[in-house]
Amino acid sequence: MDTERPLTALREGESGRVARLTGSPGLCRRLAELGLIPGTPVSLFLRSPAGDPSAYLFRGAVVALRRADAAGIWLDAAPGEVSG
Amino acid sequence: MTGPTIALAGNPNVGKSTLFNALTGLRQHTGNWPGKTVSAAQGRYDYEGRTYRLMDLPGTYSLAARSAEEKAARDFLRSGEADAAIVVCDATCLERSLVLALQILELQPRTVLCVNLLDEAARKGVSVDLRALSARLGIPVVGTAASRGDGLEDLKAAVARVLDGPVPAVRPVSYLPPIEAALAPLTERLTGRTGLLPPRWAALRLLEGDASAIDPAAEPADLSSVLEEARAVLAQQGLEGDALSQRLAACPVWAAEDLAYAALHREPASPPLRDRRVDRILTGRLTGLPVMLLLLVLVFWLTIAGANVPSQLLSRWLFGIQDRLSALLLGLGAPGWLHGILVLGAWRTLAWVVSVMLPPMAVFFPLFGLLEDLGYLPRAAFVLDHSFQRAHACGKQALTMCMGLGCNAVGVTGCRIIDSPRERLIALLTNCLLPCNGRFPALIALISLFFAGAGPGRSLRAAGLLTGLILLGVVLTFGMSRLLSATLLRGTPSAFTLELPPYRRPRLVQTLVRSVLDRTLFVLGRAAAVAAPAGALLWLCANVSTGGLSLLDRCAALLDPFAWWLGLDGAILTAFLLGSPANEIVLPVLLMCYLSAGSLVETGELTALGDVLRAHGWTELTAACTLLFTLVHWPCATTCLTIHRETGSAKWTLLAILLPTALGMLLCALTAAIARGLGLA
Repeated sequence: MDTERPLTALREGESGRVARLTGSPGLCRRLAELGLIPGTPVSLFLRSPAGDPSAYLFRGAVVALRRADAAGIWLDAAPGEVSG
Repeated sequence: MTGPTIALAGNPNVGKSTLFNALTGLRQHTGNWPGKTVSAAQGRYDYEGRTYRLMDLPGTYSLAARSAEEKAARDFLRSGEADAAIVVCDATCLERSLVLALQILELQPRTVLCVNLLDEAARKGVSVDLRALSARLGIPVVGTAASRGDGLEDLKAAVARVLDGPVPAVRPVSYLPPIEAALAPLTERLTGRTGLLPPRWAALRLLEGDASAIDPAAEPADLSSVLEEARAVLAQQGLEGDALSQRLAACPVWAAEDLAYAALHREPASPPLRDRRVDRILTGRLTGLPVMLLLLVLVFWLTIAGANVPSQLLSRWLFGIQDRLSALLLGLGAPGWLHGILVLGAWRTLAWVVSVMLPPMAVFFPLFGLLEDLGYLPRAAFVLDHSFQRAHACGKQALTMCMGLGCNAVGVTGCRIIDSPRERLIALLTNCLLPCNGRFPALIALISLFFAGAGPGRSLRAAGLLTGLILLGVVLTFGMSRLLSATLLRGTPSAFTLELPPYRRPRLVQTLVRSVLDRTLFVLGRAAAVAAPAGALLWLCANVSTGGLSLLDRCAALLDPFAWWLGLDGAILTAFLLGSPANEIVLPVLLMCYLSAGSLVETGELTALGDVLRAHGWTELTAACTLLFTLVHWPCATTCLTIHRETGSAKWTLLAILLPTALGMLLCALTAAIARGLGLA
């Protein structure tokens, strides 16, 4: 199946590779500054008690994003490897 | 004194402040960026006979100049005021922190890369090949562990080298071929026209659509047509609008990735297991909030307990000085009114405020600083953000609220950590709904006297009630935030990114010293500046009489009818009004009113206080309404001044005064009406 999935679909410990970014230009720019650009491997690191925001691990740093914003980040359909 | 100026830049959380403090020690001061509300620390250090001026730029992720901090950093680097720059990177997060370094290199070739936190990296088994980095970047690269003081001399030496030597042959970030092709003619056209700025940098900014990059006066005439052409060529390849800006942002990231790959000998490990376990506890569904509440109670308890004895000692010392001042003035034959204004008014009030305000602050802020150093605070914002989202505000407001518990003025200044101006204003306007250290003594005294009962478990009940009051403040904050974002400050929640840095061992002594110097003394200085004149005014009000009644008594009598509706009396309202400079003096002023004393009266023994209050008609209702009004009323004078400085607007400052006042009066009136209606009072 060649469908992409949004970042919010990741389960704890699962990872994926960013395919494309949708969302406001300001957000995309901010994410790029933090290193989240197409091709970046990213995994779900931590969920907050309410599930929103969630913290993601990429390029060695952990950044929390709100659900609404994370939904605009699309990952490749490749199977997620469970990272340590 | 005109030594070279060095800019110190870097991402947040890379240990930049630690490095700055290690280099400059006490030879530094913090102020505001001229004309902005961005704090700027400046300091000096010496190396081989020369004095270097170090400017600590705000921690930023890029120079894209969207927030006030980024603008300040970029403007400073652009202005040419910096002769060189040091960019600090985190060895444990090299890839990400190199992005800013590459951007700065485009602007300032005389840069030294400082790879900090090498001790943390070593602990994680990460080693950085500094030589390889230096060879690929074309600039000196120095490794440091600022918290241990390692590598500082090498850093200073590298800075000297980069200043005195030839301009480093920096290898520019290579962009995608189509972009490079578009850049070439633009760069050529701009060469020689951009003053101190590298033409390539100006060309990149123009492609990005940032017209503020170059001085319009220096623009070549055909610039817009060259730019149009370049854009057209890029558009043909599908690179326009959003796609172009995304690529422009992505290229430095790829370059950084490349560099990190060359410089690191193994993949940096993801956060260690122990840290993850701690995170799970601190942010877990069942454990996150309870842990937070526990920590809060612990901090309160330590503050109150730790401040008790020092408060008494300080008070005794300062009042001792008062007696000596009295003797001096009277010995010199000074008139009674002068002695009154200066000693009984100004000094006494100052002594009061200082002895009540300083000890709790000296405990609270270091504790807060420790939590900050540890890395816990972002976790707190992480857990609470969801609730704040519902109020259309930002999770970082939780942090400003906590700072407000120490001192509302510090909380207001702390609102700078919130990027969105709308959300920042919400946090600012609601900050005083949580009681600051100055209000605690009054709250505790009244709770203990009227509501905690007697016998065993009394202090536990009092603590519980105090916590309840603070929770009420939190609920009111959410409510008011929601109201503001639905009316005056309408807007959608902004893009929120919050970095959760790795846990770091806090450095106790450094945090303590820094906290005392930066926060405590600063707030104290401000409060003292406000308290002394207020004290003089207070004495005048209490001692100037017209027709047999002092101004104070007249004011109380005037406010009595209105105050009745609020469940209070005129003296209480007068005390709040005159206590505007510093909440610490509200109870003393009240006693001054009741006892018709000529100057501030010591609150003294709790039971004695209770007797005086009850003798003047206080009931449980009065106490309840006073507690409510203490929690929700206009901000103190220092906070008002700070709000004005932060917002730059009289309108918002006025709103910041009126909103809590109106809310407080409403709550008191409701409570009084209900209690009286039910026949309880």
